[in-house]
Amino acid sequence: MLAIVGTVPDKNFPITHGLLSHEGNLLRIENATIDINRGTPALMAAAVLTAEKLGAEAPYGFLVGDIGHGKGSRNLYKYLTEHIGEFDFDTLTFHYLQPIAHWHDRVLGAIKALHKKPVLIADAGFMYAAKMSGSAGSYDLFTPDLGELAFLADESSPHPFYTRGFILHENNKAPELIKRAYTHNNAARNLLVKGRRDYVVREGKITATISEPSVETLEPIGGTGDTITGIVSVLISAGYEIAEAAEIAAQTNRFAGQFSNPTPATSVSEIISYIPRALDETLGDDLENIKEGSSRA
Amino acid sequence: MSKDADSGILIFDSTSEVISAENVLKKNGWQVRVMGPPPEVRTGCDLVIEFPLMEELEILRILKQAGVSPKEVVPVSSPLLKPVDLFNVKDFGGHLMVRAANMKITVDKRSLVIVNISGGGCPDVPYLAHEMTGMDLHHAPSPRDIGHTLCAYALQLAYEEIQKRCLP
Repeated sequence: MLAIVGTVPDKNFPITHGLLSHEGNLLRIENATIDINRGTPALMAAAVLTAEKLGAEAPYGFLVGDIGHGKGSRNLYKYLTEHIGEFDFDTLTFHYLQPIAHWHDRVLGAIKALHKKPVLIADAGFMYAAKMSGSAGSYDLFTPDLGELAFLADESSPHPFYTRGFILHENNKAPELIKRAYTHNNAARNLLVKGRRDYVVREGKITATISEPSVETLEPIGGTGDTITGIVSVLISAGYEIAEAAEIAAQTNRFAGQFSNPTPATSVSEIISYIPRALDETLGDDLENIKEGSSRA
Repeated sequence: MSKDADSGILIFDSTSEVISAENVLKKNGWQVRVMGPPPEVRTGCDLVIEFPLMEELEILRILKQAGVSPKEVVPVSSPLLKPVDLFNVKDFGGHLMVRAANMKITVDKRSLVIVNISGGGCPDVPYLAHEMTGMDLHHAPSPRDIGHTLCAYALQLAYEEIQKRCLP
């Protein structure tokens, strides 16, 4: 089973965990319903719809409220450190958490102590913490955008807010940045770099690039990177090889964006609703084969 | 990077305190800079304020009066990281997008309503997006006032830039 860990922008939201489901524009976890317009709920909603389309089991979620103070994130880090051993997940995806290196290390330590280590995926704040603590190599997949790739490439940078002047945030520089991130051991074993052109990387080698369909108006829309991470997480948990899952996810996200015919004012929730149709387009006959088996592996 | 033997850094418990202290010092006319901390004091999503060491007492007095005293003051001994100094502006016709570092803000040029906020990875990004999206540039809260992290700080830079470009 896939588990997704992140935050919601409500400081009073307690640590909540359970199976995830989707109702219209809302995400449901336990007794709570959450707007899916942005952040981890958008990732989770994309994952729920992908799992439904694949006939896979619903993903599990761990959420806590945090509006940037870090208190909720620290509580969730602590909870996971103490309780992760009580669960059995094949894939774990970490998302919008306050990047706190020492708490990251405690959570990673607890995961490494598990009988079977799950596939580890990190995005957003938790990816920042993973890189900053020097643990990038412990992860199976990072899903950075181009600015975050520049941060991974700059071995002295503690956050994407700081990258040295020679580290350029330009799409045509992505291969150089990828190489540099691996040289300094600041990349996961696989990368899915999200941008005007998406790059799939396995052990430092670019295995695929995806640039079509190109929808210029997706760039301003918050959450379009989160949805890719949700899709790829489900595909990996369903048995796809990581680089292949990354390529399918990037392609699917582009189709979903195109189908939504977005303007710069479009909400990501509109795009999410097109993910099932986009999966039809990307997976075609493979989708039926997946549904017939319990997993692809 | 910069290294200045006459500089000190003010270290705070949280990025929101850094943002408050920067506001106080700038309002009092000090030319301070928000920077990335040196490795020996780095803990996570953090910022420090670089200031002229010779002015330490006066600066600490002002901060104490404002209720935002730093937890530590140390001389600069390692190079400090400079924030990304990069704005990217994209005109979509009816909408304008400004990116600063890892954060983007997009407004409807006619109504001045913020229609999207994207980028970033700290947990106040969804919060800021929730609070600011749908508000116009005259009435939206400032990331400096309600944000807490480096991502909020980057969004503040983008917000100021888009105000410059869109407001008379």
